[in-house]
Amino acid sequence: MSKEKYEVYEQCLIIYLGEEVDHHRATQIKIETEEIMEKKFIKFIVFDFSRVKFMDSSGIGMIMGRYKKVQCFKGNVIVTGVKTTVDRILRMSGLYKLVHVYSNVEEALGALYTEGDYSHCEITC
Amino acid sequence: MKNEMSLEFDSLSENESFARIVAASFATQLNPNLEEIDDIKTVVSEAVTNCIIHGYQMGEGKIFMHCKIQDQEIHITIMDKGVGIEDVEQAMEPMFTTRPELERSGMGFAFMKTLMDKLEVYSLSGVGTTVKMKKKIGE
Repeated sequence: MSKEKYEVYEQCLIIYLGEEVDHHRATQIKIETEEIMEKKFIKFIVFDFSRVKFMDSSGIGMIMGRYKKVQCFKGNVIVTGVKTTVDRILRMSGLYKLVHVYSNVEEALGALYTEGDYSHCEITC
Repeated sequence: MKNEMSLEFDSLSENESFARIVAASFATQLNPNLEEIDDIKTVVSEAVTNCIIHGYQMGEGKIFMHCKIQDQEIHITIMDKGVGIEDVEQAMEPMFTTRPELERSGMGFAFMKTLMDKLEVYSLSGVGTTVKMKKKIGE
């Protein structure tokens, strides 16, 4: 099963989520994200759902936790690549009131940084 | 048609995915659509996660799942012999959680209630918790 991948672009952490975001994976994502955020100043977090086939309320809790963290720095959480299954969970939870939505990572980064060159993204995990 | 199955497994987060896949596979006999399969996976995941985090507080224990198909309905029962819930009504309120430090959203029961036709929760402090749900498939 595909796992999460992390990328940092300037002050933005991009999390390419794996196929499933349940309590088991959410715990891991939290730990890995905290590790990155201890080393780098992260103001924005992009959760890319392109590969996600399943998410439950543990995923919601994990996103809300990261939202509270970046809110301290007046940052934001963005979700991208959301498909029907995840969309239902996000709608039911009311999370759309907190996060920004873009169709893909490029669009999200484009909205955050207008330069348009993401070539120096570094892979961290 | 009537068909039943039971499963007993360790209270480990690795088994959340296992339990929901088993329940969803069992339900395929009712010819559910993709949304109904997602609903079953979500509610089983929520109930099993509750047993692991709250019932057994991440410690050792066994989780029991029973599924029954009768007519066009699926009945799912998930049980633990953990600490139990002191106030079931309060636990079922959306956004209520006893474990905010674990980043629990407090939406588990709300999801179960929304996605299933019926939800019943029985709990006794120190004895355990049983969650019973049912849903008509292919309406």
